[in-house]
Amino acid sequence: MSRSAILPNRGLADRLSALFWRRPRVLLLLLITPPLLWLGVVYLGSLGALLLQSFYSIDEFSGVVVEEFTLKTYGELFRAANMDIILRTLTMSASVTLASAVIGFPVAYFAARFARGRWKAVFYLGIMLPLWSSYLVKVYAWKLILAKEGIITWAADSVGLGFLLDAVLALPGVGGNSLSTSFIGTWLVFVYVWLPYMILPMQASLERVPVSMLEASSDLGATRGQTFRSVILPLAMPGVIAGSIFTFSLTMGDYIIPQIVGTSARFIGQAVYQLQGTAGNIPLAAAFAVVPILIMLVYLSLAKRGGAFDAL
Amino acid sequence: MTNAVTFHKVSRHYGKVKAVDAVDLSIAEGSFFAMLGPSGSGKTTCLRLISGFEKPTAGEIRIFGQDVSDTPPNRRSVNTVFQDYALFPHMNVRDNVAYGPMVAGVGKTERYAKAEEMLALVKLDGYGDRKPGQLSGGQRQRVALARALVNEPRVLLLDEPLGALDLKLREAMQDELKALQKRLGITFVFVTHDQHEALSMADQLAVFNEGKIAQIGSPSEVYDRPATPFVANFVGSSNVLPPSLTAQLGGAAAWASLRPEAIRLVAKGKGKMNGTVAALRYLGAGSRVSVMVGETEIAALVPAGEAAPEAGAEVGITFETSALHVMAGS
Repeated sequence: MSRSAILPNRGLADRLSALFWRRPRVLLLLLITPPLLWLGVVYLGSLGALLLQSFYSIDEFSGVVVEEFTLKTYGELFRAANMDIILRTLTMSASVTLASAVIGFPVAYFAARFARGRWKAVFYLGIMLPLWSSYLVKVYAWKLILAKEGIITWAADSVGLGFLLDAVLALPGVGGNSLSTSFIGTWLVFVYVWLPYMILPMQASLERVPVSMLEASSDLGATRGQTFRSVILPLAMPGVIAGSIFTFSLTMGDYIIPQIVGTSARFIGQAVYQLQGTAGNIPLAAAFAVVPILIMLVYLSLAKRGGAFDAL
Repeated sequence: MTNAVTFHKVSRHYGKVKAVDAVDLSIAEGSFFAMLGPSGSGKTTCLRLISGFEKPTAGEIRIFGQDVSDTPPNRRSVNTVFQDYALFPHMNVRDNVAYGPMVAGVGKTERYAKAEEMLALVKLDGYGDRKPGQLSGGQRQRVALARALVNEPRVLLLDEPLGALDLKLREAMQDELKALQKRLGITFVFVTHDQHEALSMADQLAVFNEGKIAQIGSPSEVYDRPATPFVANFVGSSNVLPPSLTAQLGGAAAWASLRPEAIRLVAKGKGKMNGTVAALRYLGAGSRVSVMVGETEIAALVPAGEAAPEAGAEVGITFETSALHVMAGS
C-alpha cells in the first residue's frame, strides 16, 4: 500500500496549527488582544481620566474639586512660581539628555564597532549592572559621594584642587553649599542614573550601520569628522532620539532624585507629588502632568521635521 | 607607459593567516584588470590594500609611481564600487552621487550639476530624487558606479560589483562596464570569483590562490596556457593530467592541462586512450561527458549536434597534440 500524502493528525497542537493556517487573523487577534486591552483600556483610559481631571478646577475656599470644564487650572501653570518649575525641569531634562548623549556616544560606538565576544559581554554587563541595584541605593550613595564630607571634596582637597571645586560651586544659579545641595549634583546623579537608557538604543542603531558605509565615505574623500557628521550621526539618529526620549521623559517625571540630591527648588515630578498628596489639588497636579507629554510631543515633531527618522 | 598600481613584495598577514603574501603586481594605466580567485584567496584584500582600507604588513604599494604607505583612503585618487554598494540610505540618489564633491567643498549648484551628469552617464537621469531603498539592485549598482566616478578617480576599484545581479542583468552590465571603461580611459581593477566574467571583460587578469598570484596574463594566455594545475582547474575547468598520464600520451613527465572542448570522443581503440563514461551533464549548448581513464577523470565537451555516448559506454579519447599544455607548477 502506498503511503498517504497527508500526515496523521497528532491531536490538539496539529488542530490549532491548522486553524491558524486557515485563518491567520485568529492567531494575530489572540496575540494582540491582551496587550491591546492593557494599553488601550488601562493605560490610555487612565491617561484620559488624567486629561479630564486637568480641565476641572479646585474651589479655593473649600478645597473641593469642581467638576466643570474650565481652562483655569491650565492658566495657573503660567503663574511665575509654576513657570519656574516647568522651565527648571525642562532645562534639567535637556542638559541631562545632552550630557548622556555626549558621554554615551563613544561608549555605544566602541561597543557597536569594536567590541566582540568577551568584550561585548563585558560591555553589556558594565551597562546593565548598575540597573540591577536599587535606584534608591544608588541615589543615596551619590548623596554621600557628593556631600561636603564626601569623597569628591576630600579627593579635591588632598590633591590641592579644592579651589576648583569651590569655584564650580560658586557658579551662580547651579552652584551651592556642596555638590549634594546644588543643581550640579542633581544633574550628575540624573546623568548617572539614566545613562544606560541612552547607551543601549544608540548602540543598537550604530550596530546596524555597515562598515562599508563608513569606508565608502572615506573612499569618497571625507575626513573622519565629515563621515561622523554626514553618515554616522544621521544613521545613528533614530537611536539617539530613542535614547533621548528615555532620558528626557525620565528626568521630567522624576521626583526622588531632586528631593534627595539638590536644592529645595522643585521640579515637575515633585510638584505633582505634592499637589495630589498634601495639597489635594488633583486638577493642578493633572495639568502639571500633561506638561511633559506636551513637551515630548513637540520634541518628537521637531525631531521628525529635522529628519531624525529619515534613516529608519 | 606608467603603471597605475604597483605592488612590490606586498604582504598582509593577520597573525598566522597570510591573506596576501609577498605579491608583486603591476597594473598598466588605462587597462581593465581583473583579480580572479576563489573566496579567501586574497583578491579582495589586494583591492582593499589599493583603496587603503588595509595596510600592508610588508612591502610597498605605489599608485601612479607615488608611494601611498602613509596616505589614508580619503586622500587617494582611487574610488571603489562596493560589493553591497554601500549607498547612504538617508540621502537621495543625487546627494549620494554628489557626496564626493560635497566633502571636497564644492558648492550645491555645481555638485548637483555634476551628479546629474554622472547619473546620465549610467543612464539614470531623472532618478535623483529617489532614495536608494526605492531602487532595484541593478539601479543601485549604477548609482554606486556614478558615485565612485564623480570624483574622476585615476583608478576605479570594483569589488564583485555584479555578484548580486541576476544573469541577464549581469551580462548587460558586463558589456556596459567594458564600454564605460573604454570611453573614460580610467584604469579599472575588478575583483571577481567568476571565471567567465574575468575572461570576457579583462585586458589582463591575475589568478589568486592562497594569498599569492598563481598567474598574470591576458585572458587567452591564462586560459590557453595555465601556469599551474590550480589555474587550469579554476579557469575554464580544464582537465589536469598527472605526470604519468602525460608521459603515456607522448608528452614530458609533468602536469599538463587539456581543455574539455579540445577532446573528441571516438570509438573504443580509435583514440589516444580508452575510458569508461562515468556521467553526463546536459548544458544546453552541448553535453559535458566525464570519462574515467584509470584513476583520472577526464571531461569532454560534446557539441549539441553530435551524439553523446551513454553512461557506462567504453569510448576512445582523441585530441590534437598541440592542445596538451604542459605546466611548470605542481
